[in-house]
Amino acid sequence: MNDFSTLIGGIAGDGINEAGLTASRLLSRLGCSIYMYYDYPSLIRGGHNFSLIRACRRKVAAHTDAVDVLIALNQETVEKHQHRLKERSFVIYDADKVRLEGLAGRGCGLAVSSILKEAGAPAIMKNSCILGGYCKAVGIGWPVLEETLRKHMQKKLELNLLVARQGFEQTEGFCQIEDLISTGSGSGSGTGSSEASLPPRPLLTGNQAIALGLIRAGLGAYVAYPMTPSSSVLDFMARYAEDFGLKVVHPESEIAVMLMALGFSYAGVKSAVGTSGGGFCLMTEGLSLAGMAELPVVLVMAQRAGPSTGLPTYTAQGDLHFVLHAGQGEFPRLVVAPGDAEEAYIWAGRALNLAWKYQIPAIILSDKTLSESLYSFDGGLAGEVKEESLMLWDGNGTYKRYLQTESGLSPLAFPPQKGQAIKTDSYMHDPQGITSEDPALTEEMSEKRRRKGESLAREMEEYETVKVYGQISSKTALLFWGSNKGVCVEAAERLGLRAVQVLAIWPFPEKRLLEALQGVDRLLAVECNSTGQLADMARCCGIKVDDRILKYDGRPFSREDLLFRLGGAGI
Amino acid sequence: MNPGPINPKDLASGAANTWCPGCGNFSILGAMRAVLAELDGEGLPLENVVLVSGIGCHAKIVDYLNVNSFYSIHGRTIPVATAIKIANPDLKVICFSGDGDSLAEGLEHLIFAAKRNIDITLILHDNRVYGLTTGQYTPTSPSGFRGRSTPAGAVEPPLNPLELMLSSGATYIARGYSHGIEQLQRLFKEAILHKGFSFVDVLQVCVSYHNLYESYNQWTYAVEDNDRSSFEQAQKIIRSWNYNRSDLPIPLGCFYQIDAPRFDQSFSSYRPGRRERESKIEAILENFI
Repeated sequence: MNDFSTLIGGIAGDGINEAGLTASRLLSRLGCSIYMYYDYPSLIRGGHNFSLIRACRRKVAAHTDAVDVLIALNQETVEKHQHRLKERSFVIYDADKVRLEGLAGRGCGLAVSSILKEAGAPAIMKNSCILGGYCKAVGIGWPVLEETLRKHMQKKLELNLLVARQGFEQTEGFCQIEDLISTGSGSGSGTGSSEASLPPRPLLTGNQAIALGLIRAGLGAYVAYPMTPSSSVLDFMARYAEDFGLKVVHPESEIAVMLMALGFSYAGVKSAVGTSGGGFCLMTEGLSLAGMAELPVVLVMAQRAGPSTGLPTYTAQGDLHFVLHAGQGEFPRLVVAPGDAEEAYIWAGRALNLAWKYQIPAIILSDKTLSESLYSFDGGLAGEVKEESLMLWDGNGTYKRYLQTESGLSPLAFPPQKGQAIKTDSYMHDPQGITSEDPALTEEMSEKRRRKGESLAREMEEYETVKVYGQISSKTALLFWGSNKGVCVEAAERLGLRAVQVLAIWPFPEKRLLEALQGVDRLLAVECNSTGQLADMARCCGIKVDDRILKYDGRPFSREDLLFRLGGAGI
Repeated sequence: MNPGPINPKDLASGAANTWCPGCGNFSILGAMRAVLAELDGEGLPLENVVLVSGIGCHAKIVDYLNVNSFYSIHGRTIPVATAIKIANPDLKVICFSGDGDSLAEGLEHLIFAAKRNIDITLILHDNRVYGLTTGQYTPTSPSGFRGRSTPAGAVEPPLNPLELMLSSGATYIARGYSHGIEQLQRLFKEAILHKGFSFVDVLQVCVSYHNLYESYNQWTYAVEDNDRSSFEQAQKIIRSWNYNRSDLPIPLGCFYQIDAPRFDQSFSSYRPGRRERESKIEAILENFI
């Protein structure tokens, strides 16, 4: 794969994420697929933030350790990241703040502070200035930068353009990015064959893709208490609440969040909540209530490194077993773990539809990597999701909320209904929704809920819940889930391995997984946790996992990380 | 064809009542049945009423009424009720909660309901003891209360829930007593019709674990001619009895009622159709290029 990686680093408050986003937009306009990983500590000002942007003429969803260009807004960025430079990489830096010792001839200093001072521009505009320099250095034409800034810069556009122009003019060209990405002299090991440029695509974080998928499928209410890395779903929903008539509420706690979502469901409004592990802990009593009362709800569970507060802004896949088992008692649930923006979009929509069809909680399991990384979003690849119609009560006779049926699914009705009482209940209840402790009824209602789970499992067999990539005939396979998709698919393609993704984790797609693994004699599980939680589930259905390639330092696998680890395993 | 007024008895669901004989909850049930039947005749259709309960003896009330209901979990009436109201502003949402339910486990929600002035009603079945768990102290039990978890007597002084509601922003605050069903009916009706967060503390006697009939009969009195819009007057009346003493007059009635902006008013009823939604999504995606 011929690709081009850029790292932009500075302190929190410098707008590094935004600068990375702008660089991503520029590269996207050159016909590249983009993946951006954003790394930041849990603080508001100071500390070290960086964005790693990878551009490629083929779909990309993993970052590399090595970079082609390092953009340094402070000295620390050079010190922390100069090991990433390759022989022909170079540094663009703020010459007023950064000294490039020992890197003679490798850099291009731009007097950013002086340019800003001369233009009377505030400090935050250093991003526009240095990105001007970046464009010139890598051969992105001025019109591309100007168009990008004009489209996306909300405030003080002309001043931003002025300092960007200064940066552009005061920098010299180092390389021609178009040549690098299409001829294979970039950081990849391309064959030199040229790859066609891609149409510029929307750039979405996983959280934005989830939000859009939910909205597309008819979401009516979003309730959340802020918690990294799920908060940007709330931000997105609040920003577009008016456009879509969404009821967006940020209440007093995650306990209230979950109960509000269930109140919306009772009244017929499709609702979703979002949180990370700590907030999910508080939601579990409501999750169990959803199970008993058969109230549909979607939970966006964006994992971060735990236990407890853990690493708030860093990634992990440590909560798989938690979401599978959370909540007292036995009740059906759906757990899906999308691996990129397209899957996040389509499965968020499906999760909402399935939650309402089966009247169950549905969990979209994400992590910091998927939730906050930026992806080129290919709508055609994602496929479309429609709002599915509900199984509504026909209006005849007396309404029974928990009417017994073969599938376990009872028709829905929402208040007001003339002459009817719509009763939902956290206690064991009769078909009408009135509390009962009768043993026979208890058994019947338990079986009703179990049948719903079985009906769901049957429907799930129709979906591509397990996906296979790479060299399908290979007897060596990688097994993975969630955000590790990008890096595992890339490694498998490079090494000629089979790559098997479990996309819907519950109901567990045992049949499809066994099919996907047919002929495999060596299976390596790749997970961002310290035990191999998916590997344990596979073992429960008799699948032998030979190796567990695990990472639990809060950082996602880079391409080099995974290749090195696979090399260590003799692959 | 007009079916005529509802007989309060017709509101019974048929579920067997399992409260203890003499329980104060019967008065609350009776008063609520009468009020809902009356309101149905006055233009608030019964099917537009949704009852929400927590967990505890109080919560069984929703099983006994053939009315829309959400039998929630301990302490969690308010978030459910808040969302139902936001989802459909035409619904009248009434919470039934206990003193353990709303003042211990779910206190955060109660404060926020008042802070938001969400247009729902909360009836507090304040028996000042945990009944279903067989007699432990609650946030309104007097200090020294000997319960199963405090055999040497509760150390904490009680909360005054009305004072808390006044300072948190509730816009209708009242207290009733389970031996005064006419007053209860009047307060319930006012509270339900009030626009904003209405809170009715009902001194509801638990005959099994905390029988205060004698004390309440001796000390309660109805407050009349008070200026409901006066915060200072309300505060004075509310502070005249703090739930700890059993040798002071206990005021009953509505102590405070004002108009204030409501949380539920902040949501628009606009909802785009599928086509419009899809074209807006396309526009957003275009903007993200």
